[in-house]
Amino acid sequence: MLNYLWGFMILTGMLWGIANNNLEAVTKGLLDSSAEAITLGITMAGIMAFWSGILEVGNRAGLIEWLSKRLGPVLSFLFPDIEEDHPARLPIAVNIVANMLGLGMAATPAGLEAMKLLQQERGSREEPDRASDNMCTFLIINISSLQLVPVSMIAYRSQYGSVDPAAVLGPALLATGCSTLAAVIFCKLMALKRAVRRR
Amino acid sequence: MISWISRILVPMIVSYIVGFGMLSRRPVFDDFLAGAKDGLQTVIRIVPTLTGLMTAVGVLRASGFLDALTIWLAVPAAWLHVPSPLIPLTLVRLISNSAATGLVLDIFTRYGPDSFLGMAASIIMSCTETVFYCISIYFGSVHVTKTRYVLPGAMLATAAGIAASIAIAFFIS
Repeated sequence: MLNYLWGFMILTGMLWGIANNNLEAVTKGLLDSSAEAITLGITMAGIMAFWSGILEVGNRAGLIEWLSKRLGPVLSFLFPDIEEDHPARLPIAVNIVANMLGLGMAATPAGLEAMKLLQQERGSREEPDRASDNMCTFLIINISSLQLVPVSMIAYRSQYGSVDPAAVLGPALLATGCSTLAAVIFCKLMALKRAVRRR
Repeated sequence: MISWISRILVPMIVSYIVGFGMLSRRPVFDDFLAGAKDGLQTVIRIVPTLTGLMTAVGVLRASGFLDALTIWLAVPAAWLHVPSPLIPLTLVRLISNSAATGLVLDIFTRYGPDSFLGMAASIIMSCTETVFYCISIYFGSVHVTKTRYVLPGAMLATAAGIAASIAIAFFIS
């Protein structure tokens, strides 16, 4: 996907530059932005290293497991038909907690594990290539974005001269709340629709 | 209230995690160092991606294409009540995180990170996910092809996040 997008961006820029006869500006833009990317990488390295360090402290102290176990009521609300002892429960909780903390590296493996277990545990009369209800709920909640601290955004803002780079945190939390709320309402409406149809 | 959360969130999470680690009797600084090393490796890994995509956006900007795109999109943007420089960002955001980052940094350069557009772009990046990428890796991993209502649901959540971002950015700037 990115291969086409990137190729399309580069070629469009070049052709547009030729059509408008400003290839000098295109060349200058090319040189400037590639240099800028390296500067950005160097300056954001500090905050990224610090934040990853802090998250690793939490990770090794068992913070993810500790928080996941406290997620029980939330899971029971979102997935009413996944029982307490369902094997997919823990990876789902770990995925949600890791996403909230911004630990993408821990979130994705747990999420894939959850999908695998949801696939294995489903009834044999269901089609295996059709998403189950729980898979749909899980993925929609996951995509609604759960991250509490968008740390790379703070790094970019500070690099580009913001007077208050962290000012994005409160608004981001509120907006993430809105998108996740919309996702939860949507999933609940779908469940309601199924319940009505089954009756 | 919102700016209060912005101010206390990072100190609160940092002290909570360090406190949690110390109470669990972990060697917190050693753990920190291991994580910080991983963090640096992550940065090294993303710099090539960032270089490629920031350059692509830089080329599009310098050629005048982004300005033309903003003008073409003015009509649908007005209809959707979305500022037109944000439309390419919201579309690319669905496909690629790093390409969207390139567009956000372009918005920061043009309008400043604290402007209405800079703030709206910052919030949009923080409350949305790469919808198509997530759907393809998660369903691809279990060979599910009939995705049912996942795409509409994910798009609805993303639209709600974008609408909230623009409203909040408008309200605070």
